Amino acid sequence: MEDTRDLGPADPFLDRSVPSLAPPVRRLRPDRRPVPVPVKPEDDPLIPVRDAAAGPERMRVENLTIRYGGEAAVKDVSLSIHQGQVLALIGPSGCGKTTLLRTLNRLTETTTSATREGDVLLDGEEIEQISVTALRRRIAMVFQQPNPFPMSIFDNVAYAIRVQNAKRPGRREIEHQVVDALRRAGLHDELAGDLDRPALRLSGGQQQRLCIARAIATKPEVLLMDEPCSALDPKSSAIIEDLIAELRRELAVVIVTHNLAQAHRVADKVAFMYLGDLVEYGDVDQVFGAPRAQRTRDYVEGAFG
Amino acid sequence: MVTPVLDRPPAGAAPSPLRPKPKRDSPRDWRWSHRLAFAAAWGCGLALCAVAAAIVGYMGYRGLQYLDLGLLTSRPEASLKQDEAGGILDPVLGTLLLTVLGIGIATPLGVVSAVWLVEYGKPRALARAVESGIEVVAGTPDIVIAIFGLAIFQQSIFAPLSFTASGGGVFGRSFLAAGTMMSLIALPLIFGATREGLLAVGALTREASWALGKTRICTVREVLLPQVRPNIATGAALGMGRIVGDTAIVVVLLGATLQIEPQDGIPGIGLLRGTGSTLTSYVYGASPAGEGNAPQKAYAAAFVLLLIVLLLNAAVDAIARRSSRKAS
Amino acid sequence: MSSFAVRLRPAGGPWTDRQAAWRLGAVACLVLLIIVLMVVFVAVRAWPTLQHNGGLAWLGHGGDVDRQVNGMITTSRTPPATAYHLKAWPLVYGTLLTTLVAVAVGLVFAVFSAIFIVEFAPRRLRTVVVPAVRLLAAVPSVIYGLIGILVLAPFVGRHLITPERRASVQFIVQLDGTGVLVAVVILTVMITPIMIAIIVDALIAIPSGWREGASALGANRWEAIWGVSVRAARPAIVAAAVLATARALGEAVMISMVSGSRGFSPKPQDGVTFLFEPIRSLAASMVENVDAINAPAIRSTVYAFALLLLLSSLVLSIGGYVAKLPMRRQGIRI
Repeated sequence: MEDTRDLGPADPFLDRSVPSLAPPVRRLRPDRRPVPVPVKPEDDPLIPVRDAAAGPERMRVENLTIRYGGEAAVKDVSLSIHQGQVLALIGPSGCGKTTLLRTLNRLTETTTSATREGDVLLDGEEIEQISVTALRRRIAMVFQQPNPFPMSIFDNVAYAIRVQNAKRPGRREIEHQVVDALRRAGLHDELAGDLDRPALRLSGGQQQRLCIARAIATKPEVLLMDEPCSALDPKSSAIIEDLIAELRRELAVVIVTHNLAQAHRVADKVAFMYLGDLVEYGDVDQVFGAPRAQRTRDYVEGAFG
Repeated sequence: MVTPVLDRPPAGAAPSPLRPKPKRDSPRDWRWSHRLAFAAAWGCGLALCAVAAAIVGYMGYRGLQYLDLGLLTSRPEASLKQDEAGGILDPVLGTLLLTVLGIGIATPLGVVSAVWLVEYGKPRALARAVESGIEVVAGTPDIVIAIFGLAIFQQSIFAPLSFTASGGGVFGRSFLAAGTMMSLIALPLIFGATREGLLAVGALTREASWALGKTRICTVREVLLPQVRPNIATGAALGMGRIVGDTAIVVVLLGATLQIEPQDGIPGIGLLRGTGSTLTSYVYGASPAGEGNAPQKAYAAAFVLLLIVLLLNAAVDAIARRSSRKAS
Repeated sequence: MSSFAVRLRPAGGPWTDRQAAWRLGAVACLVLLIIVLMVVFVAVRAWPTLQHNGGLAWLGHGGDVDRQVNGMITTSRTPPATAYHLKAWPLVYGTLLTTLVAVAVGLVFAVFSAIFIVEFAPRRLRTVVVPAVRLLAAVPSVIYGLIGILVLAPFVGRHLITPERRASVQFIVQLDGTGVLVAVVILTVMITPIMIAIIVDALIAIPSGWREGASALGANRWEAIWGVSVRAARPAIVAAAVLATARALGEAVMISMVSGSRGFSPKPQDGVTFLFEPIRSLAASMVENVDAINAPAIRSTVYAFALLLLLSSLVLSIGGYVAKLPMRRQGIRI
C-alpha cells in the first residue's frame, strides 16, 4: 500500500507551495475516502489465485477532472496503476470510464472541447510533458471495436514497430518481434505461419487479439483496454481474459468493462465510477465482497446499470 | 490503496499558470521526410485553392464583362468580325434541346437496365455482360462515341433522322443523332446511381413487400422506384452535366452549324432532324482555334456554360442534402 | 428532378413477373447490343487501314503524318491500297506524352491536395474548396481549352519563347505559344479535380477507428495519414488514376485547341524548345479530320484511331480492375 503523500513534493508539478488561484471546491464524501483495509489472501476457490504480485506504481491519477464544454465527464478522480496488476473500471454507461481511460494516453485531446484539470503521471512524469507520440508508445491501447488496419497480419504488427523506429526496418529485422508479439497474444499458433493473410479476414476474436499483439509488440508499460470483449462472443472473450491474466505479468493493465463477472475474473483492483465520480476504488474482493458505498453495493448486486 | 491527499490544494477550474504547455504532436518534432510531405500537402492544397479561385474568378470576370441580355436574345451570325457575330441564342437553345433529348433517352434506359440487373439479373452471365458493357461505355472517349454515331446515322435506314443530300448521301448529323449518342454518355451515370440506390435498399423492404403478396415488378414500381428517386435524379443531373459539357459529339454529330437549321417537314420533327450548335461548340468555334475568332463572345458563352454546370452541381448537392435529411 | 424518375405504368393490366423480367431484360439487352455494335462498327470501318498497312505497322514512324492524311482526301471513291498508307507514330506519341505527364503530375498533386482538404484545411476553407473542386471536375473541357488558347498560350508565346528560339526552328515548326507545355498544363488542370474529388471521398470514408488505432500506437499525424488512411485509400487512388487517364486519352477538342495541332513529335533532347513545340493527339486528329470523313481512306484512318482509343480504354478498365484485385484480397472494398 502506497501513500500518495510520499510522492507529492518530489514532483515539481505536484508541489503547490505556491498558492493556487483556484477556489477550493473539493467536496469529500465519506464513501470516496476508502478506509485502508489489509489485503486478505483469497480463500474462495472459485477465484483464481493471483500470482502476479503488485509491482511498482506506473501511473498515478490525481484529482483528475475532464470537461466536455462545460460538463464534467470525470470528476476529481484519483487512483494509481501498478505494474503486474489489472485495474478494472466498472460502472454504468456514460459514467466517464472510457473518458478516463482515453485521458491516460491523451486521446481525449483529439476532442477539441475537452479540458483537463488535475494531474496524470507516468512514472512520476506529467503525461502532458511527454511528447504525445512517445507517451502512446509507452501506454498502448486496445479499442472496443477490433480495428486492425486493412493490411496483412504481419504489416499490422509491423506498423507499430515501424512507426516507433527512426529508420524504417526491413521485414527480416522485425520478423522475430512480430512473431513474438503474436505469440504473446496467443494468436501465432492459430495462424499456422501464414502472416500474410489480410487481417480483415480474421474472425472478430482473432482481430481483437491481433490488435492486442499490435499494442504489445513494442513492450509498452501500460495497456489500456476499452471494453475489449464487448464485440466478441463468449468463447473469444474467455481467450482474451486468459490473455489479460498472462499480460499482467509484464505490464500494468487498465480495462474498462460493463461485464461485472469479467471484472471479477480478471481484475486485481476495481474502480467503480458513477456519473463521473469515482465512488469506490479498492481490491477486487473488497469491492465485490464488501462494498463500502451503497451505490456500489446496488450496482454490484445488479440493482441498476 | 490510495487515499485522497488532503493537504494539497485541489486542481483549480483553470490549469495552474505554473504548468508548462502540453507537448503536442507538432510537425516540428517529425523527421524531415514527414515534414517535407506535410509541407507538400499544404503547398498543393493552397495551390489548388489559388488555381480554383483563379479559374472561377477569371471566367466570372470575363463573363460579366462581355455578357449582356442582348447577346442572350440574338441569334449568332457567321462573321469574321466580332462585332457582327451576333448573339448566342441558338447555342443556348441547342444546349437545352440536346440535354433534354439525351437525358430523355438515357434515363429510361439506364433505370430499366439497373432495375433489371438488380432485381432480376438472370441469366447471370448476361447480367454481368450488361454491367461490364456499360462500364466500357463509361470509359469510352466521347469522340469515339461520336464517330460511332456517325457510322450509325449515315446508314440509309436512318436517313429520315437527318438530312439527305441531293446525291443520296445521308448526312447523319442532326439533333436526334447527337441526342441519341449523348444518351450513351449519360447512361452509365444514371445506371450507376440507380444501381447503387437499389442495392442500398435493404432486403427487408423488399421482403416486406413480397410478404404482402406483391409481385416483384409491383414492388419495383410502388416501393423501390420511389425510394431511389433521389439517386435517379442525382444520376440524371450528373448526366446532364456531362451532356452540357460535351464538345466532340456536338462537333461531329450536330453539324455545328452556327444557327439552328430545321429541316423541312413537320415543324417539331424538322427541328429534331435539323442541325445546330451548342454552347460548347460555339465556344470552340468562336475561339482562335475555330473559324469565328470572337473571343469576347466565346467568354460570354463559356460563362453561361459555367453557370449551367454550377446550377447542375447545386442540384446534385440539394438532392443529396434533402435525401440525407429524410434519412435521418 | 423527380420528373425524370420513370414510372413503369403497364398498358394493359399489371405485368406478371415473368413478363416484366422479359421486357426489362430486353431493354438491358438493347443497351448491350448498342455497345457491342459500337465495337463492331468501329472495327469494321477501321479494317481497311489495318489491312492495307499490314496490321499495326501504321503505328510506326516515318514521314509527315499530316501530309499523309491530307493526301488521302484527293483519292477517289475506291482508293488504291497505297492511299491508306500511314505512319501515325507522332499522334500516338502526342497522346502518350500529354496523358502520361498530366496523369503523373496530376496524381501526385491530387493525393497531397486531397490530404490537405481532408486533414489540414481549416473547416471554413474546406466548405469552400470541396464544392469548388467538384465544380472544376464538372467544368466542360472546352472552357479549359478556351483559357489555354486565350490566356496561357499568348502568355507563353509572348514571354517565354524568345525570338531566337522561335527563329531557330522556324523552318520546321512555328512556335506560337500553343504546344507541349500548354497542352500538358491545361490537361493536368482539367483532370486533377476529377482525381481529387474521388480521393477526397475515399479519405473521408476511412473508418475513424483505423486512424485512432494508429494514433494510439504512437504514430504521429503524418504517419497515421500516410501509413493508414492513404494506404487504405489506395484502391480509390488507382481508380482515380484510371478514370483520369481515360479522360485524358479521349480528350479531343480541348487538346486540338491548345496543342498547336500538328502531327509532330517533339524530342526531349531539344531542351527547352521541346516544351513549346506543337503536337497532336489521336483524339484531336479525329475531330480535325471528321469533316473529310467521306473520303474512304480518311474515314478508315479516323476509325482506326477510334479503335485504338477504344481498345486503350478497354485495357484501362481491365487494368484498373486487376490493380484493385490484391486490395480486394486484403478485404478492402471499393
